[in-house]
Amino acid sequence: MGIAVDRTKTFGNAIDGDNYLNASSGIKSWMFTLDHKRIGVMYLIGVTFALFLAGIFALVLRSELFTANKMFLTEAQYNQMFTLHGAVMVFAFIIPSIPAALGNFVLPMMLGVKDVAFPRLNLCSFYLWVIGTLFLMLTLMMGGLDTGWTFYTPYSLKTNTGVIFATFGAFVLGFSSIFTGLNFLVTINTMRPPGMTWFKMPLFLWSLYATSIIQILATPVLGITLLLLLAERIMQIGIFNPAYGGDPVLFQHFFWFYSHPAVYIMILPGMGVISELISVHSRKKIFGYSFIAFSSVAIALLGFLVWGHHMFTSGQSALVTIIFSAITFTVAVPSAVKVFNWLATMYKGCISLTTPMCYALSFIFLFGIGGLTGLFLGTLSTDIHLHDTYFVVAHFHFVMVGGTLTALLGGLFHWWPKMFGRMYNEFVGRIGCFLVFAGFNLTFFPQFVMGSRGMPRRYARYDPEFEIFHQWSTFGAFVLGIGILISFVCLAYAAFKGPRCAGNPWGASSLEWQSSSPPDFHNFVHNVALCDPYDFSTQELDEELDTFVHREFMEPEEKPVPEVEPQHT
Amino acid sequence: MVNQLFSLIAQATGGQEKTEQAGADKSAGAEVPLGSTPADSAGGPTAPAPSDPYEYSYGDYWFPERASDFAAEVDWLFYFIFWVCVIFFAIIVAVMVGFVIKYRKRPGHMAPLPSPSHNTKLEILWSVLPSFLLVFMFVAGASGYFKQRIVPEGAYETHIEASQFNWQFTTERGDITEDLHMVVNEPFKLTMESRDVLHSWFVPAFRQKMDVVPGRYSEVWVKPTKIGIFRLYCAEYCGDGHSLMKRNVIVHESWDDFNKATIWKDEEHTPEENGQRLYKINCAGCHSIDGSVKTGPSFLGKYGSDEPLTTGAMQTVDDNYIISSILEPQKDIVEGYGPRSQMPTFKGKLSPKQIRYIIAYMKTLK
Ligand code: HEC
Ligand SMILES: [Cu+2]
Ligand SMILES: [Cu+2]
Repeated sequence: MGIAVDRTKTFGNAIDGDNYLNASSGIKSWMFTLDHKRIGVMYLIGVTFALFLAGIFALVLRSELFTANKMFLTEAQYNQMFTLHGAVMVFAFIIPSIPAALGNFVLPMMLGVKDVAFPRLNLCSFYLWVIGTLFLMLTLMMGGLDTGWTFYTPYSLKTNTGVIFATFGAFVLGFSSIFTGLNFLVTINTMRPPGMTWFKMPLFLWSLYATSIIQILATPVLGITLLLLLAERIMQIGIFNPAYGGDPVLFQHFFWFYSHPAVYIMILPGMGVISELISVHSRKKIFGYSFIAFSSVAIALLGFLVWGHHMFTSGQSALVTIIFSAITFTVAVPSAVKVFNWLATMYKGCISLTTPMCYALSFIFLFGIGGLTGLFLGTLSTDIHLHDTYFVVAHFHFVMVGGTLTALLGGLFHWWPKMFGRMYNEFVGRIGCFLVFAGFNLTFFPQFVMGSRGMPRRYARYDPEFEIFHQWSTFGAFVLGIGILISFVCLAYAAFKGPRCAGNPWGASSLEWQSSSPPDFHNFVHNVALCDPYDFSTQELDEELDTFVHREFMEPEEKPVPEVEPQHT
Repeated sequence: MVNQLFSLIAQATGGQEKTEQAGADKSAGAEVPLGSTPADSAGGPTAPAPSDPYEYSYGDYWFPERASDFAAEVDWLFYFIFWVCVIFFAIIVAVMVGFVIKYRKRPGHMAPLPSPSHNTKLEILWSVLPSFLLVFMFVAGASGYFKQRIVPEGAYETHIEASQFNWQFTTERGDITEDLHMVVNEPFKLTMESRDVLHSWFVPAFRQKMDVVPGRYSEVWVKPTKIGIFRLYCAEYCGDGHSLMKRNVIVHESWDDFNKATIWKDEEHTPEENGQRLYKINCAGCHSIDGSVKTGPSFLGKYGSDEPLTTGAMQTVDDNYIISSILEPQKDIVEGYGPRSQMPTFKGKLSPKQIRYIIAYMKTLK
């Protein structure tokens, strides 16, 4: 029999009713909140701020590069700009973006529970993020930082700029990331509702689980490395500094032992988001669930064994170099598997080109290019030529911006109605998506060409033959910037002024949609009805509410409900 | 033997090549067929007239010209991967767009059609089949890598010393030069060391790169196959003047030309000329002669001018001050460049005579 509930209260729009936004008020109620949803929203505001700050740095850099000679930055200022652009983007934006902002909001709800395992740790992680980011900003005022986000020794030991502040900031941000990972790992392990076995979890949770493993295992290495760097800089103990018998290449090993897996901290959650978006907006069961789930774990584990591919020209031994190249190729397989599975999911689906779906398609396109160009860099002889050129710059921007940022935006549009109970404007959303896509390609595609033609990265001045490529790229960067701005304006407007919508506008069947929009402070005011997250036939349109409701909650006399399996109660 | 043949063919086609390349540059889509050899695709040498040493040869769309013996192999592999990627990508995008059009939600198609939600055979197939291509890329890349890294016996040795933001080249004879000189079709082994931080030796036309790591020697080798002037970059970020740390690689036709270009006898030149050469080798990375500020102040009009120091005192730039600046850079630091000077000491690197040459040269920069 179906479950009788007040459907308007449980699945309707709750802007005027009880929801997590109006459960308590005042600045303190936000600052000391333990509610994962509010922490998610605060994280979202924070990382968006970091994105815009680092984005402005990027536009300044691109403007300087419009001509081969000096426009308005000295070499030293340019170097500081690209360092902060990289450091803020990587440590303060991309790494926390999807897991800490979207993940925080969605993860407990996908499990049908009230909160994460350790709500206080969650809040602590957010404040560590704030402190770490403040330290990164402080370097701006303390004479800048010019080491590049990689802090390579021995330059980072010699430069007069604010290495100590910045590494401390990155160190603290690392802890923020570890805490988030720990929290998610424990939550997924222990709080899955009875009946939700591992293979009945939404794929977004698999990807967050894999991400958490990396965050917990790899980030401490970054912390230790940065501490050693500080110790070396302050006390000259001779670990990395050749002047005292240290080895600068050792630093690179340590650094990439974290930072290669960190690449997967950045992209795996994005892949998880895309799996959800494609399935829901094609109204099709995800194709090859277990292959996608296992590929996340495979990527996470293999990701630990390939760090040396950042060092093919560093002078590490030839044997090691070849082994790293071989393992690097194995990571290509699980990534390709995901793309094929997404395409197969769309087969015979019923595809609506909503803004989230547009972002998902754009993700496949851009991540496709990002992933494929990785082959040129994993191949030894071509990498010798391409390493440290703009080819690499383009490659990782395709993965990190074309991948992660696109997935973040897609995910935001997808979950926005849930988060704020209001719908965004579809037309403006699509325009933003198109501008992001077009601007992105215009920015970074020319960089592949100039890179393979020999343009080294991190150059404030360059040779005239590269000017034309740089000009296209600068032009594209502004289009991209406008696209991102439009998307965020569209979202912000929707959050306050958009038309109201009820609990499940997409007809998705993962558990977070079995709630009102915005959700109640306790997430759910009734017991959720467990079901396959990719079986959309369980959802039926409630015409009165104009939203989808799990069929168990429909009036029993209207729809005969099949016998419910015991573990699903 | 074969190489001589190549260079003969190359020289014979050289003149034509240049005009063709100008065209290729404009159309910007010209691609080299797969499997091309240095002889048929790299074309002839674009030996620039000495009056125009910066003439730049465009190569094809994705690459600058090829000027070393493994360049063609690298490019071949690049284009192989390129076409594999293009084909895969085209299929992915075509399928994606096709599905979006065919299965888009529209009146008459409001619900998904039944289809299986997994197909293990198909999935294993599409995981395993592309792996063969990956294995091929790996093997080809590794074999190319061996060629790039294993230095042949009897290669001519040049020593390279990298420092912020200068390259200094020392030939086997012990001659120091500002540019890297080589002879066509002769293997050169470059032993590199760094005086301060990481640098990376990168010559795009040679498709060769190697980091220069302080505290150890790194080795790299090249056999140039083309006469001409090529760009040498520092590819590993090394500080303020990183993007200015570039030099030329000059590939000569014969050892005679090589010797003529590398051997420098101070006695045969005026002190100013000697000073200019020393400036280019040691100081040009940080000090300009056109008034622009690099890592250090420009030398233009420096001699005889009055300089504010970090201590607040004014200092006239005379012989003594220059000598002390060169030998003990940390002693008097120019206002705006403190608190620690980025200039390394040249104590033991430059003799008193050489410093006098530099001063003589600085006096000419009015
Ligand atoms: C790594 C960069 C670097 C290199 C290489 C370098 N310098 Fe300097 N030089 C500086 C900086 C920075 C200053 C300003 C701070 C100071 O006074 O020490 C400076 C200052 C000077 C001054 C004082 C200028 C003034 O305005 O009072 C002289 C003279 C000088 N350098 C000569 C040389 C000579 C000659 C060479 C080559 C043999 C050389 N430098 C190589 C960075 C460099
Ligand atoms: Cu990597
Ligand atoms: Cu350098």
